[in-house]
Amino acid sequence: MEPVVLVRYGEIGLKRANRAAFVAQLARNLRDRLPGVRVENRFDHLVLRGAHAPWVLERLQRTFGVVSTSPALEVAPELDAMEAAAQVLVAELAPRPGTTFKVETHRRDKTFPLTSPEVDRELGRRLLARFPELVARMKDPEVHVRVDIRDRAYVYTRVLPGPGGLPVGTGGRAVALLSGGIDSPVAIWMVAKRGVQATPLHFHAPPFTSERSKEKVVRLVEVLSEWCGPMDLWVVPFAHVQRAIRERVPEPLWTVTMRRTMMRVAERVAQRVGASALVTGESLGQVASQTLEALAAIGAATRLLVLRPLVGMDKLEITGLAQRIGTYEVSVLPYEDCCTLFVPRHPRTRPSLQEAEEAEASLDVAALVEEALAGAEVISPAAPAPAGT
Amino acid sequence: MRRVYLDHSATSPALPEVVAAVREVLERIHGNPASLHGMGLEAERVLERSRQVLAASLGADPSEVVFTSGGTEANNLAVFGTAWARQRPHVVVSAFEHSSVLEPARRLREMGVEVDFAPVDPEGFVRTDALADLLRPHTALVSVVLVNNEVGTLQPVAEVAKLLDDVQTRWGRRPLLHTDAVQAFCHVPFRARDLRADLVTVSAHKLGGPKGVGALYVRKGVRLQPLLLGGDQERGLRGGTPNLPGIAGFAAAIRFWEREGERLRACFRELSARLRAELADLSGLHWNTPPDARRTAPHILNLSVPGLRGEVLVHRLEQEGVYVSTGSACHSRRAHPSHVLLAMGRTEQEAISAVRLSLGPDTTEEDVLYAAEAFRLALQDLRFLVPS
Repeated sequence: MEPVVLVRYGEIGLKRANRAAFVAQLARNLRDRLPGVRVENRFDHLVLRGAHAPWVLERLQRTFGVVSTSPALEVAPELDAMEAAAQVLVAELAPRPGTTFKVETHRRDKTFPLTSPEVDRELGRRLLARFPELVARMKDPEVHVRVDIRDRAYVYTRVLPGPGGLPVGTGGRAVALLSGGIDSPVAIWMVAKRGVQATPLHFHAPPFTSERSKEKVVRLVEVLSEWCGPMDLWVVPFAHVQRAIRERVPEPLWTVTMRRTMMRVAERVAQRVGASALVTGESLGQVASQTLEALAAIGAATRLLVLRPLVGMDKLEITGLAQRIGTYEVSVLPYEDCCTLFVPRHPRTRPSLQEAEEAEASLDVAALVEEALAGAEVISPAAPAPAGT
Repeated sequence: MRRVYLDHSATSPALPEVVAAVREVLERIHGNPASLHGMGLEAERVLERSRQVLAASLGADPSEVVFTSGGTEANNLAVFGTAWARQRPHVVVSAFEHSSVLEPARRLREMGVEVDFAPVDPEGFVRTDALADLLRPHTALVSVVLVNNEVGTLQPVAEVAKLLDDVQTRWGRRPLLHTDAVQAFCHVPFRARDLRADLVTVSAHKLGGPKGVGALYVRKGVRLQPLLLGGDQERGLRGGTPNLPGIAGFAAAIRFWEREGERLRACFRELSARLRAELADLSGLHWNTPPDARRTAPHILNLSVPGLRGEVLVHRLEQEGVYVSTGSACHSRRAHPSHVLLAMGRTEQEAISAVRLSLGPDTTEEDVLYAAEAFRLALQDLRFLVPS
C-alpha cells in the first residue's frame, strides 16, 4: 500500500494534436516545483510518488494545468487490498455513528473480474462490517470512497480542485511590465494561466524610487512564481528617461511618452529573451492614460502584440483576484514611490498618435532606450522554500 | 564607493567594546538574575554593575533605574504608567514629542483622559509661556523631550521644572516631569537631579550600544503602574527576564562616552559648523536647526530644500554613498510631512522636504566634506524638480 497523489488535467486532454507535449510540460513543471517527488505520466492522469506532505498539495493547487488532485492509496488490483486501503482512509476520517458513505468504483481495466457496481457493493458491505457506525447513502454522502481500477488500484476520499488553465510554458513567452502596484501582477497571473511563460520587467528609477520598491517587486515575483514557476526579473533603470521627459516634453503628454518608451524597452527585452508579446496591467478607463486613444498611442510604439488581460475588469475584481493570488498584501505595502513627480497635473486624456509622436521629437528616444538596456539587471529570485520541509 | 553614514540618530553602529561586552555575557553568563543559585547570582552581579554605571551617568541612585526594551517602552511606561496610577490625571506633552510619547498621549485622550499638547515656536523650542497656561491643579504629568529627535534643539526642561514648582506653590501638588532624553543622552551632559525631572528616558542604540535596550529613570518616591506584568523584576515596574547581554552592552557604551564624550561633543560641534559652512552658499536650502550652539545638540542638523521631497534627496545622496534620513527613521516609510516641522509652523511643503544629518563617533572631517560635496551634486542634479 503506497500513498500517492493523483493529478488530473482537463482542458489539455482535449487538444489532441499537442496533447503529448502539453502533458510532458505539465509533468516537467511538476518535477521542477516538487523537489523529491516522482512524477509518472499515465494515460489520462499523472501519479506522484513521495508526495504526501501538505506543501505538495498546496503547490498542486497553484500549478496551472492541474484540474484536480487526490491523495490516494495505491494497491494491487485485488478486493482485499482495496478493502484494506479503504479502511485506512475511513479510519482517518474518524466516522461517528450515523456518518453516511458510499463507494464509487471506476473500472478502467475491464479484465477485472467484477463490474464496478459489484465492487461498490462488495467493498461497501465489507466497510459496514468493519465500521458498524457507518450508514450507506447514495445521494450526497459525507464520506465518498472512490476506487479507480487500472493496472493498479487507487483508493481515495478527497478531490481537491486545482487552478485549471494550461501548463506554463505551453503558450510561448511574453515580457510583462511589472510595477509595484496591484494590477500588473494580476496581469502576469492571467497570461500564465493560459500557459504563457512571462518575463517580468520592472522600471527602476532611483533616486525617485527606492531600493525598497525594487525589493517589493522581487517579492511580487516570488509570490507569482508559486503559480508560474521561477521567473527572471529584468530591472531596467528609468530615471534618465523620466528626467528627459520632464525636461523636454510638454507636461500633458508626459505619461503617454513615458509609456511609449517603456514599450520600446520592453520590445528590446523581448528580442533578447525570445518573447513574442508584451503584457501590461492596463485596463480601460481607470486613469486618464487608459482611454482607448491613449492605449492605442502607447501600443503603436511597438510592433509586438500587446496583451492587456485586465482590460475588461474593474478595480474590485482585480483586487479580489490579487488577494487570491497572494500579491495584494505585497502590492499595498506603503514604500515610497515618487513616480507622482512625473504625473502631469492635467494629462491629455485622449492623445492622438500624431501628438504623441510630435511630443517625442525633441527626445533622442533610441539613445534613452539604449541607456536603459545598458543598465539592465537580471534577478532570479530564489524559489520559495516549501513550508515544513 | 565611499560610505558616509550620517544617520546616527536613527541608530548607530555598535562600538567594539559594546560588541565585546555583549559577546562576553552571551558566552559566559548563562544564569537568570532571578535564580537562587550561584549562576543566578553571577548574572545578577552583571545586571547590578550595569545599573550602577547607568545610574552614575544620570546622577541617580541605582534603585532609580528601570531597564526596558528601549526608548519606546520607557516613554510608554512614563506616560501610561503615570496616568494609570492616578485618579483623574491631566497630561501635558509638547506637540513635537517623539511618537512614542505622542501616541500614548493620544491614546490616553481616546480613553477619556484630559490631554493637552504644548505648542512649539518656529525655532524649534517648546513655548514655556503657553505651556504654563495649560497647567491645572490636577495636572499629573508634563512630558517635554530634552533634545528633539528631528531638529536637535535642546529644550528648556529646567525652566519647565520651575513652572511645575509654581503649580506646587499655587495648588499644593507638583506634577511629574518626564523628559525623553534618548537623543540627548551622552551627547548633551545632564544629570537627572539638575534637570529636576522625575522620569527620564534613555536608549542604548543611539550611543553605539545594542538595539533593544533602554531605561527609564524613575525618581525615588514616584508611583507608576507597570506596563508589563508577570514578574517582580525591576522593582515590579517591568516584568520579564532582563536582556542581560544588551544591558551589559549598554553599560559598555556609557563607559566609552564617559571616556570620550567631552572630546566627541567638541568634535561634533566643529564638524556640524563645518558642514553648515560648506553648504552655506547653496541656494534654496533652509536650515531647520538653529545655529545657536548653546541651545542645540552638537550632532543633529536638519534642513529642507522646499520643492524637493526629502526621500528623493535621501535616495540621491545614497547614490553617492551618503546615508541620511527624512525626519526620524521611525516614520520614514510613510510619505507624511514631519509632525515636528509642522508643529514648528513650517509649511507642508517644507515639512515633506526635510532631511536630517546626524553625526557619530566614527564621523571624520573627510566624511563631512564628502557629504557636503555629495549634497552639492545632488541639488544640482535634482534642481529640475524644484519649481523656480
